[in-house]
Amino acid sequence: MELLEWTALELSEKIKAGEIKAKDAALAALERIEAGEKRYHCYITVDAEGALRRAEEVQRRIDAGELSGPLAGVPVAVKDNICTEGLLTTCASRMLGNFIPAYSAEAVKRLEEAGAVVLGKTNMDEFAMGSTTETSAYGGTRNPWNIGRVPGGSSGGSAAAVAAGECFLALGSDTGGSIRQPSAFCGVVGIKPTYGTVSRYGLVAYGSSLDQIGPMGRNVSDCAAMLEAIASYDKKDSTSVDRKDTDFRAALVDDAKGIRIGIPKDYMGDGLDREVREAVVKAAQVLAGKGALVEEFDLGLAEYAIPAYYTIASAEASSNLERFDGVKYGYRAAEYEGLHSMYKKSRSEGFGSEVKRRIMLGSFVLSSGYYDAYYLKALKVKALIKRAFDAAFVKYDLILGPTAPTAAPALGESLADPLQMYLGDIYTVSANLAGLPGISLPCGKNSEGLPIGLQLMGDCFQEKKMIRAAYAYEKARGSFGRPKLSADTEVGDGSFGCGIDAKPEGGKKSGKTI
Amino acid sequence: MEKRYETVIGLEVHVELATKTKIFCGCPAAFGGAPNSHTCPVCTGMPGTLPVLNKKVLEYAVAVGLAANCKIAEYCKFDRKNYFYPDNPQNYQISQLYLPICTDGGVEIETETGKKTIGIHEIHMEEDAGKLIHDEWEDCSLVDYNRSGVPLLEIVSQPDMRSAEEVIAYLEKLRMMIQYLGASDCKLQEGSMRADVNLSVREEGSEGYGTRTEMKNLNSFRAIARAIEAERERQIELLEAGGLVVQETRRWDDGKGESYAMRSKEDAKDYRYFPDPDLPPIVIGKAWLEEMKKAQPEFRPEKIKRYRKEYDIPDYDIEIITASKRMADLFEETVEQCGQPKKVSNWLMGETLRLLKEKGMEPEDIRFSPENLAKLIKMADEKKINSSVAKEVFEAIFDRDEDPEKYVEEKGLKTVNDEGALRKTVEKVIAENPKSVDDYCKGKEKAIGFLVGQTMKEMKGKADPGEINRLLRELLDGIKEQ
Repeated sequence: MELLEWTALELSEKIKAGEIKAKDAALAALERIEAGEKRYHCYITVDAEGALRRAEEVQRRIDAGELSGPLAGVPVAVKDNICTEGLLTTCASRMLGNFIPAYSAEAVKRLEEAGAVVLGKTNMDEFAMGSTTETSAYGGTRNPWNIGRVPGGSSGGSAAAVAAGECFLALGSDTGGSIRQPSAFCGVVGIKPTYGTVSRYGLVAYGSSLDQIGPMGRNVSDCAAMLEAIASYDKKDSTSVDRKDTDFRAALVDDAKGIRIGIPKDYMGDGLDREVREAVVKAAQVLAGKGALVEEFDLGLAEYAIPAYYTIASAEASSNLERFDGVKYGYRAAEYEGLHSMYKKSRSEGFGSEVKRRIMLGSFVLSSGYYDAYYLKALKVKALIKRAFDAAFVKYDLILGPTAPTAAPALGESLADPLQMYLGDIYTVSANLAGLPGISLPCGKNSEGLPIGLQLMGDCFQEKKMIRAAYAYEKARGSFGRPKLSADTEVGDGSFGCGIDAKPEGGKKSGKTI
Repeated sequence: MEKRYETVIGLEVHVELATKTKIFCGCPAAFGGAPNSHTCPVCTGMPGTLPVLNKKVLEYAVAVGLAANCKIAEYCKFDRKNYFYPDNPQNYQISQLYLPICTDGGVEIETETGKKTIGIHEIHMEEDAGKLIHDEWEDCSLVDYNRSGVPLLEIVSQPDMRSAEEVIAYLEKLRMMIQYLGASDCKLQEGSMRADVNLSVREEGSEGYGTRTEMKNLNSFRAIARAIEAERERQIELLEAGGLVVQETRRWDDGKGESYAMRSKEDAKDYRYFPDPDLPPIVIGKAWLEEMKKAQPEFRPEKIKRYRKEYDIPDYDIEIITASKRMADLFEETVEQCGQPKKVSNWLMGETLRLLKEKGMEPEDIRFSPENLAKLIKMADEKKINSSVAKEVFEAIFDRDEDPEKYVEEKGLKTVNDEGALRKTVEKVIAENPKSVDDYCKGKEKAIGFLVGQTMKEMKGKADPGEINRLLRELLDGIKEQ
């Protein structure tokens, strides 16, 4: 279907020009979902009925001349840890299998005001804890480039949905790389904005001091437009920043002249896959060819980022997830004796093992006697990392490197060794610790045809520099291409069952669960 | 020689702040309401919600801190206190541990043994929890989150008190101070002021501290005094018997007059405190702090001094009126409108206190407006109503803040100032009571009292007794001369 090949911005132009209707775009996306989900399982909940209703309402607003923005009529997906009023929001956990929020996240509200049409809620690692989307209680998501591979995580459903054409844009959330790494694995573009740029109100918290919602799309322009729509000062989020420079599309200029780019030596050394390194070096050369000033430098402290990140994120998570106790909403064990037993059984049965691991880790680093040695020390490391970046940004406008050390691993490979999986976050966690914006965009494929991600990081509030360089690179790179729909070619091969054995129990009440 | 013991007491006082809305959301903070009617996604701990600090809470905390001579932190933070209990929807309480808003203060108290300063270790802001209701009949527990997120101040004293008398004096001082600030109504019975007593005993003259216990569930000054006496006795008995005091939390049963252990230090929880990442640190600027200092109200000692200069009323009246901020405000605002401080004071000291006592209310419960009291005083001055009618009207003002002019109009209580009508009534009374008239004429002065009463009765109370008196004398003296 030709419509599905357009970018979000192209689609919106045609809808506003009256060439097609918003409903037709939603229908096309829903048909693609119908075809693709059997193989990819990008969504936990698809709200077909609601999407068509919203598309008609958007069309009415367009016809009335009330909507002229770049997202008018664009079908989008929302990660399942972002609250949507009246629509099941599970965080890919059994714990919230029946949770229907009474309110929408600020980012979702902003998207809907801009005329985007929410199709459904995408799969993810449970409570955003994981790098493969395999910790979802509702079965994993497959990488549309190769269904034997993971899509990355935790926003794997959003990345795969964009790659598979099951939506034009998607919201993800990024606590340690959860937007950028799956974007890299799935060959799409993802932006983690400066901390405080997008309201966290309505994002089910994982690591509150690190979490940011951001856009995932087919190219830099679409993402810039989505980021522009969701960036806002929100009084309901005390960590929200009142910025005046959120006209991100103004940075879509094909010009990298004079941009000073630093490549941390640490990011290009041991542990980095050879093909990934080559692709990243080539991308740096492309930018240099367009007039950017590129050099290597010592950032330092890279080895401390992972332990500091897992200490802080787990500590905050252990407290943030305390509210899931079976008292007010969500899962409650069927049988228990007394309060303590209800807590224990509900949480033991409701949470998966990766979530439990991080709750235990977080509770440990906050307990008396260990607080100073672990949690407080991690905060100090965080401050030092921020200082190292501050020093780097005196010399450079942007920092360039790989998004992840490898391309997408095979299904089942990562969870066996969680520590190894954590190390995969080495290039992405620093941006969260320092609050910096980061973007991942495709910069090539490896010999197996899997996408490789290039990461650019800017100083706080310097998204525009980052977007400009990314846009210039994208122009020089040319079309990256889309995965061939394996559903088109491999229909009937049942050997890739997604293992979707569990379904959210609340799925029946709202929206259709696939 | 028998050992002599000294009691060492420190207090943790919780005060519910009188803000319109809760500490971290826009829900009403008011007491009461149908269960869960004062709630929203934030104060019920819905996933994805975030707290936003109510600025008024910060202002009250700083005001109380300044009044208690504390250092106000330039930089303070909120921390999470993690523990599982259903009355706490997030399963953590947002409080302040590491960097509280106020530290190192003290207030002066006065007891029979003289003046003394009680040190204040710190004052911090935190949120209240909801309420659990155990339904024995249905065998289930229900949660009401109306109180969840109501702002609290916790005022932690130094272990500077040595007797129940000092504890009560300290609490009264805090209460007066906080009421003067309007930061809370500080009612122990309703729980808007709660005190936990930390108590230990030691041999007189020794420097170290004994092992302390913490006493909870103290709902009145009387309960606090009794609990202190009982706990002192209990600890001394333990020590005398060669035993040891166990560090534990105890609950006071005022009915039985004794306490029992709730939990000991061994099973003390690890609250895993850490800075709340949802709330950025609070930075208090010098300029804002100066503004807050300037905006501090006049407290009682200054008020007493000023009253002595400004108002011609007895010291006794000043003491009583200034003991309550509500009373003092009423006094000043009423005098502002009708002058006559002594008359205003009389209404407050007399009828107001009488009605408060009769109805079991505190001065802070007074709801009537100074306008209506001022009007009443003016009406009485202008002889529009007589004094017994005035008392009746005042009750209506006290109960329902009625407009006295309307009330008198509607009830037809206005004094009849029509001399003709009054003269006719007096003539009638004189004609109907020859015996009393005769007595008066024979020099029995007292007889005129009866005639005044009879006239008043005829006038249904709506006459000025002075006027009746004057007319009676005029007419009777005429009869006498005849």
